[in-house]
Amino acid sequence: MLLGRGRFTGDLVRPGLLHAAFVRSPHAHARVDAIDIGTALKADGVAAVVTAASLGHPYLLAMLEREEFRPTRMPILAGETVRFVGEPVAMVIADDAYRAEDAAELVEVDWAPLPAVTSVEQAESATAPRLHADADGNRLVDLLMFDDDRLAAIFAAAALTVGATFASARVAALPLEGRACLAEWDDRDDQLVVHVSTQVPHQVRSGIAQALGLPERQIRVIAPDVGGGFGLKCVVGREEVAVAAAALRLRRPVRWAEDRQENLTAAFHGHEQRYRVRAAFDDDGRILALDAVIDCDTGAYSVFPFTCAVEPLMAATELPGVYKVPAYRARGRAVATNKAPAAPYRGVSRPQTVLVMERLMEKAAAALDLDPLHIRRRNLIGPGEFPYTGINKITYDEGSYREALDLAEAQVHQKKWPAERDQLRDKGQLAGIGYSCFSERTAYGTPTMSQRRMGMTPGYDTALVRMDPTGEVIVTTGTCGHGQGHETTFAQIVADRLGVHPDQVRLRQGDTDLASYGWGTWGSRSVVIGGGAAGRAADLLAAQLRNVAAQLLEASPADVELAEGTARIRGDATAAIPIAELARVVHFQAHRLAEELRYGLEARATFDPPGTFSNACHAAMVAIDPGTCAIRLHRYLVVEDCGVVINPLVVDGQVRGGVTQGAAAALLERVCFDPDGQPVTTTLMDYLAPTAAEMCDIDIVHLQTPSRFSETGAKGMGEGGTIGAPAAVLSAINDALSEAGVSFDHIPVLPQDLSAALSQAGAAP
Amino acid sequence: MKDLHQISLRVNGRHHELVVEARRTLADVLRHDLGYTGTHLGCEHGICGACTVILDGQPARACLVFGVQADGASVLTVEGLADGDQLSDLQQAFSDHHALQCGFCTPGFLMLIEAYLAEAGPEAPTAEQARELVASNLCRCTGYQGIVEAVLATARARRAAR
Repeated sequence: MLLGRGRFTGDLVRPGLLHAAFVRSPHAHARVDAIDIGTALKADGVAAVVTAASLGHPYLLAMLEREEFRPTRMPILAGETVRFVGEPVAMVIADDAYRAEDAAELVEVDWAPLPAVTSVEQAESATAPRLHADADGNRLVDLLMFDDDRLAAIFAAAALTVGATFASARVAALPLEGRACLAEWDDRDDQLVVHVSTQVPHQVRSGIAQALGLPERQIRVIAPDVGGGFGLKCVVGREEVAVAAAALRLRRPVRWAEDRQENLTAAFHGHEQRYRVRAAFDDDGRILALDAVIDCDTGAYSVFPFTCAVEPLMAATELPGVYKVPAYRARGRAVATNKAPAAPYRGVSRPQTVLVMERLMEKAAAALDLDPLHIRRRNLIGPGEFPYTGINKITYDEGSYREALDLAEAQVHQKKWPAERDQLRDKGQLAGIGYSCFSERTAYGTPTMSQRRMGMTPGYDTALVRMDPTGEVIVTTGTCGHGQGHETTFAQIVADRLGVHPDQVRLRQGDTDLASYGWGTWGSRSVVIGGGAAGRAADLLAAQLRNVAAQLLEASPADVELAEGTARIRGDATAAIPIAELARVVHFQAHRLAEELRYGLEARATFDPPGTFSNACHAAMVAIDPGTCAIRLHRYLVVEDCGVVINPLVVDGQVRGGVTQGAAAALLERVCFDPDGQPVTTTLMDYLAPTAAEMCDIDIVHLQTPSRFSETGAKGMGEGGTIGAPAAVLSAINDALSEAGVSFDHIPVLPQDLSAALSQAGAAP
Repeated sequence: MKDLHQISLRVNGRHHELVVEARRTLADVLRHDLGYTGTHLGCEHGICGACTVILDGQPARACLVFGVQADGASVLTVEGLADGDQLSDLQQAFSDHHALQCGFCTPGFLMLIEAYLAEAGPEAPTAEQARELVASNLCRCTGYQGIVEAVLATARARRAAR
């Protein structure tokens, strides 16, 4: 990778390679009356122009087995109606990417524009146009997840009720490599081979198979190097299916690489949510009840395979978070609008739920004149209370919620943040310190995922561990890392159990022909589930090795130790045999072994855990220039507990990257549309991703509470940074503004928001 | 009608002659005509910096330069940094400081930083200067801290070796 030898999808070439370009809707909502491809077909270099009709109207259908769910067919190419700007209606295939784009401009479409729905508020109104015929109020799912008939009485009697509306803007996941694919037909294997920049190769295979009516064995999906995903690539894109369909039809290789404008407008978004919440507290700041209506702006379609319910289900289930909430009601809805569909974005709803709970704690603390950390402590699930089963029917395994907060506060004081804040204030800046406490359910297998009642229930993963005749080890997994360092981490897990060096272990991933059906990399699942499966398979292989060593050394298998590349007999310094020699004998001298020990060294195992909670406390300090209202992240601290840390460098990298995305969601990032549904943030000059200048160093302290639900004791941690940062940054902003009497309940908080609010409060420059 | 031009380019010390359309970007020439796929395209409008190469000694966004504009120029791409499989000091520092995750932005950062260090002379940058330099490009994975540390470590080591 450092040498420039990475192999990303857009780098792949084939003899006779063709290039795809899409004709996309310029309207947020329109009927497609006619498509004229005649001129485009005659353009230089054009091999084909395909439309919904010529492909036979294929579609992707994501299902949820719930009555309250309205399924949406997402056409691979829209044939009758377009529902967002950027929706593809035709695909041009040419011998050169430039010429494909030229010809795409020659496709003539008769559009009949329709009124657009661009917000949840508008979507709910009785007069709003319906995006999908059977979805009243444009609600694609409307779930009353929890209810409690005690709520009215609790609120009536409570010393304090805090009510507020919280909101988070739509964001783009923005992997540096956009989506890309190269599809080719392989006559010899009777297979469509599709190289895709994806987090979920098997689900891409399933999606293509379902859309094109092929058996899954006839499709091989390969993920080469993947330039970031963050959730954008854990769903199946219609462009990938369209390119596969074209390669199948033309029997020629076809490549497509999304450009950044397509990525910002026509790929997936996420994260646009509104929470209308009230919470009851007693005099001491104990929360008594929580009542929430959660609306997620899901865009035009349900995504495959997760459906539009992924955000509302996660939000309604997880809202209470790390706090002991005795009574709870939550309604979660996904509302269709004329925008690009929402995919799960790193953290999925938990950046918002954590922000909501932390703001409720701070609002209650202010009303009751309590210390904002003290009120958190009073409500946190504490030491000795684990495993704790909440009102949301979730069981939280052992964590360090209180310890993380205590340690974060101690670190903040030890690092003299309050004094630094005061110095900044003396210099005329608005400065503040904020905290967030949260846990993150990770590595959910089918026991947990099945409660969502998805048509395709994800969760398990299977690993195959093989030793070759030279004693080297190959691990295949259905997880699909793309920068998370799985090559290193999985090698450590397996090497440790086989007694070999990690350099002797190679991980093979991202190929549906190599790995058993698996669920890819998302939801902080890979190291716990994929790594757990690899660990279990390695244990089985280690047992085989011990048996072989026992026979060759004439000892009992129970006495064989595998370490440092050698099989040794406990208590006998002379009895030892190199592991590589065991491998050689098994493969090349099988006749020397008892029948059950012959013929190959390999083991397959599956892991399907219920899930495990990692936790953290974040602290942030911001400094605001009162003149420009620019908000600068000044200090950042993470105290995190992901159980056993297998590789600290990898964990720290995930935390820092996650915090950067989360802080940017609080300070910078938002996808904007005009009232007609035209996207406004179509370049990186309009959609502001954080650079190094917006970030500060992030200090990290580790606590380690091992998980009982994980083979290695490790908990997932890929999303925690993104989950905790928005709340901590918002808390710091509100602390900075406390003296001005201003506070915010939405993200991002932009300079113009600050300027307006300060003017209104009479505190403006 | 194609508007074709014959150009010559020296890439990582190797001479190339080719015929390109006037509209073809240097990035596409390098990636698709000459096979230097280490140069990546992240935005194609000059913001992300993933396509940064060193063009006649200066860091340049290869997506904002047409191939014909680079006629006669000398280009250094990420493939030209190492000595065979032996990482350069900067590449090694990226590895040591976990300055990359998915690796897509990495070539652009390496070329940006290499050009800066070559030009900056004997004074090692301050942490603030290093951060400002790194702010030229986008990375979505690392949070930048490792990249900043790699800049500082390489600058310190080069200074000590002078």
